[in-house]
Amino acid sequence: MNSDLKRTLILENYEKPFHKGLVKDESYINGSKKSSTCIDNFDIELKMEDGIIKDIRFDGEACAIATSSISISISKLIGKTKEEALNIIENYEKMINEDEYDKDLLEELIVYEDIHKQPSRRKCATLGILGIKELINRYDNDKKI
Amino acid sequence: MDYKSDFPMLNKEIVYFDNGATTLKPKSVIDAMNDYYCNYSSNSHRGEYKISLKASSEFENVREKVKKFINAKENDEIVFTSGATESLNMVVNGFFKNILKEDDEVLITKSEHASNILPWFELENEIGIKVKYIPLDEDYCVTMDNVKKSITEKTKVISLAHVTNVIGDIRPIKEITRYAHDRGIYVVVDGAQSVGHTMVDVTDLDIDFLGFSAHKMLGATGVGVLYGKYELLDKVKPSKYGGGMNISFSNPKEIEYKDLPFKLEAGTQNIAGVIGLGKAIDYINDIGLDNIEETCLELKQYLVNKLKQVKNIKIYNENVLGSTVAFNIDNVFSQDVAIYLDKYNICIRSGSHCAKKLEDEFGIKNTCRVSIYFYNTREDVDKLVDALKNDNILEESLGV
Repeated sequence: MNSDLKRTLILENYEKPFHKGLVKDESYINGSKKSSTCIDNFDIELKMEDGIIKDIRFDGEACAIATSSISISISKLIGKTKEEALNIIENYEKMINEDEYDKDLLEELIVYEDIHKQPSRRKCATLGILGIKELINRYDNDKKI
Repeated sequence: MDYKSDFPMLNKEIVYFDNGATTLKPKSVIDAMNDYYCNYSSNSHRGEYKISLKASSEFENVREKVKKFINAKENDEIVFTSGATESLNMVVNGFFKNILKEDDEVLITKSEHASNILPWFELENEIGIKVKYIPLDEDYCVTMDNVKKSITEKTKVISLAHVTNVIGDIRPIKEITRYAHDRGIYVVVDGAQSVGHTMVDVTDLDIDFLGFSAHKMLGATGVGVLYGKYELLDKVKPSKYGGGMNISFSNPKEIEYKDLPFKLEAGTQNIAGVIGLGKAIDYINDIGLDNIEETCLELKQYLVNKLKQVKNIKIYNENVLGSTVAFNIDNVFSQDVAIYLDKYNICIRSGSHCAKKLEDEFGIKNTCRVSIYFYNTREDVDKLVDALKNDNILEESLGV
């Protein structure tokens, strides 16, 4: 993917993020993810049915990289099974950490493939998706209660 | 004046505008600390041998220098700490915790740094004092009128930054202490942004307790000062016990502690850092506080006038006398602006600047902050403003 396309995707998702705004519905579980080093802060909602991610919503204030990356992550993860989603997230983390990863699996999430060149941006690029990961991992437990 | 030959960091092709976070260090400060480590490294107040006696006397000379610098009455009123944060925590937990009662009120403002809010919040949680806020005016400043209106019969303490770290306003401390003391109210001052930047005369200002950090006035990190009026400081209960602060002990009922200032300085001190602070004070005295203040104010005005030429900029504190400018660029998150400027080796701060209650007043959580010190130049300002005159800041901040 060339730089122009990457920039366009990031800016589109920053300026008009996908699924921004919470629904506050009981069928969702929710959590928040705050950066410890800057003021990036997301509230996230997740809905799963039969092991498939039905919906993810978010709200909050954050920089262009953090906002665009949660937006792209959400559009990528909806419709995936729990296992598929966790696999994508694992590969995304590997990409950010400069490890070997499956490029085809990540599709447009590879816009952040060079983000490690700006070390301070690594946390921005992972804040949202790690928040989503936490919700996926505790979904079954939360829903039992 | 050109300070480049004095400051190694000024020769790194960077524009450093984050002086509110920490200042750069002149070579004289670094050399003095190195000299201690290379030529008379030893513990102070312990040994009977020559280099230890030299370390002790250099260390104690700095106490004298600090006393003169802030015009305290006695050397014993100067306690070395790890920084303003520790100083303020010592005052809250070692003094006020023992004299305040449930529902006693402590007045602060929403533009205080975390270290002048959180210790008080924790004290509210622990013993039920009430933290109240003096309202800020339309320029986010403290007025005497608002101080007077905020005081009730239950007010026992007013705890304020002398100069705030986001807005940069200078509080009318002298008027506040006069008014407060007439009513039996203590005044605590966070001097992190003021000492070394403007004249802080604790006797003239009649401050009860003052905390400040060496690293925000050309010194090393990890060193600071707690000043207190002797009779008050003497009542501060140590928060640390150990070597260097006791005379004798044999069992819990038989312990004898040293007098001020040593009883509040348990453990081996940051000797090199304290020696560096002494050189920082020398350097500041050589330039002169009046000169420093005037240089910073003049450059701030130059910066504000230039920034106004930048499209889509909002400046939050242009009417405030001080050396800090808080701003935002429309539709660009402050962190993205800071990351963009870093590409040009321009260092500014973005975020909430540890003043997280200020969002209640600003209506926004974060800003870009440029904080000036005397070694900054018009050339620095021009580089910053040129970089900000760009319609593609957001795009260019992305790094892809």
